[in-house]
Amino acid sequence: MAVDIAIKKRLGDFTLDIKLCSDSARLGILGTSGCGKSMTLKCIAGIERPDSGHIIVNGRTLFDSEKHIDLKPQKRRVGYLFQSYALFSTMTVKKNITAGARGSRREKQKRAAELMESFELTDCRNKLPMQLSGGQQQRTALARLIASEPEIVLLDEAFSALDAHLKERLQYEVLGFLKKYSLPAVIVSHDRDEIYKLTDSAAVIDSGAVCAYADTKTLFENPGVATAARITGCKNISPVKKLGEYELFALDWGLRLRTVQRIDESIRFVGIRAHDIQALKSGTENSIPADIISVLESPFEITYIAITPGGGQIWRKLSRDERIVPHTDGYLYLPPEKLLLLR
Amino acid sequence: MTEFLENINLSPLFISLRTGVISIIFVFILGLAAAVLVMRLPRRAKWIIDSLLTMPLVLPPTVAGYLLLLLFSLRRPLGAFLDSSLGISFVQTPAGCVLAASVIAFPLMYRNARAAFEQVDVDLLYAGRTLGMSETSIILKIAIPEAAPGLCSGGILAFARAIGEYGATSMLAGSILGKTRTIAVAIASEVSAGNYGAAGFWTVIIVIIAFAVILSVNLVTGRGMKQSVRWS
Repeated sequence: MAVDIAIKKRLGDFTLDIKLCSDSARLGILGTSGCGKSMTLKCIAGIERPDSGHIIVNGRTLFDSEKHIDLKPQKRRVGYLFQSYALFSTMTVKKNITAGARGSRREKQKRAAELMESFELTDCRNKLPMQLSGGQQQRTALARLIASEPEIVLLDEAFSALDAHLKERLQYEVLGFLKKYSLPAVIVSHDRDEIYKLTDSAAVIDSGAVCAYADTKTLFENPGVATAARITGCKNISPVKKLGEYELFALDWGLRLRTVQRIDESIRFVGIRAHDIQALKSGTENSIPADIISVLESPFEITYIAITPGGGQIWRKLSRDERIVPHTDGYLYLPPEKLLLLR
Repeated sequence: MTEFLENINLSPLFISLRTGVISIIFVFILGLAAAVLVMRLPRRAKWIIDSLLTMPLVLPPTVAGYLLLLLFSLRRPLGAFLDSSLGISFVQTPAGCVLAASVIAFPLMYRNARAAFEQVDVDLLYAGRTLGMSETSIILKIAIPEAAPGLCSGGILAFARAIGEYGATSMLAGSILGKTRTIAVAIASEVSAGNYGAAGFWTVIIVIIAFAVILSVNLVTGRGMKQSVRWS
């Protein structure tokens, strides 16, 4: 798949200005709610119209304001999986699926039967959407979408409304179906785990613009910019003053830090993931006294919040089995190789 | 009692029902079509057109009757033209009953239809588009079925309004017994002639019809009634 998007759209005070070029099978778009990621998907599907720019999918121009191309949603062959699934409530599962199928009546019936078989919906083919479980609803929506033979699938927060235990199973299921039908996808979410699990490359959108784009693993390893670091889940970010080629001062933490990477002029922030912080018995370089003010426990990990000499907080996360007794006499160590230098 | 009933000419009942049935056919289709068209308008145009279409609901029916006379009187250009070339006249005719009732009942159908459409999740329509369904089949297969309970209750209320219409009907169609005298018009005529018994008879009939209508609205929107909230 290749997606080439460059669109602008004004919405009151908000301006959407997205430039994104990707050739990975599954592209993720990560952002907080209201950042414009859903609007971007709606523009690709043709539900919303950008003010200017172009949208090219697999070499097919869906929209180009200069060439006056604006294909109808019906002609775009873009499958849209809505967060609420948008199943037609008055139609049975079978009718929902045939509603999207192409071809003659006979072909539609055949295609629907095949899809219901492979999506394990045959037993509930005569049920209405409200009689289905959450998983069956999502499978129906997906089967309906695949029946329309799209060239690309857009997932708009498709898992966000689900209970945690169901979410992981359905993510796995959907990923399987996308692979089985070799369907490229653009996956929009505010959930970084979802993006990390499902996509090959990912973009971070902040207030209407792409602030970082890379293949997913690289992006999470080093997001490059502070906003992207925060959105990809980096808990500790501080503005910095550069002291030398490999030394900086983290203003929020009141801490002098040595780095492995060279610090260039564009670096404005330093960050470190909560999991990368270590504990030491005595103070060394890149460490501060562990003045722990709060402990948050969740089923599989534990978070210590420490207050720093600079007044800012540092969060440290440990998985359950590494659990240590919080101590006030030790030090928190920020390994130089784990520091993220951010613009 | 039997003598009293035998002396009553039942034609107003049949004229009312006939007027109601014919009117609701026009009103249901036109109200639905108007609601679909208004749903597609940009916001500002929507407000203005919506207000215009709702006017007959709030204007006194006599104003509607007067305006209809102004248009369709045989002494006016349009009325004269329709009469001479097509042989259609709305003044003092059953067709006038239907026209007056339709004009007054239209906003009830239109507004209920629009309210029902407003409740339809717009994502459903978008889903229809991305699935490749034509705009017409999206309206017919998705929007109308999704809005069906609201459309039916609008239709029933409009039917009831059409049956009970008095003001515009009496001005345009008059009160010719056996031709244009509906129940509502009959009640007024009987009272002014001093026949309180006959007026009372028609009142009972109209109350029964009204109750049946409201009951059927509640049955049609039964899904809503079952899930309705009880404040206790």
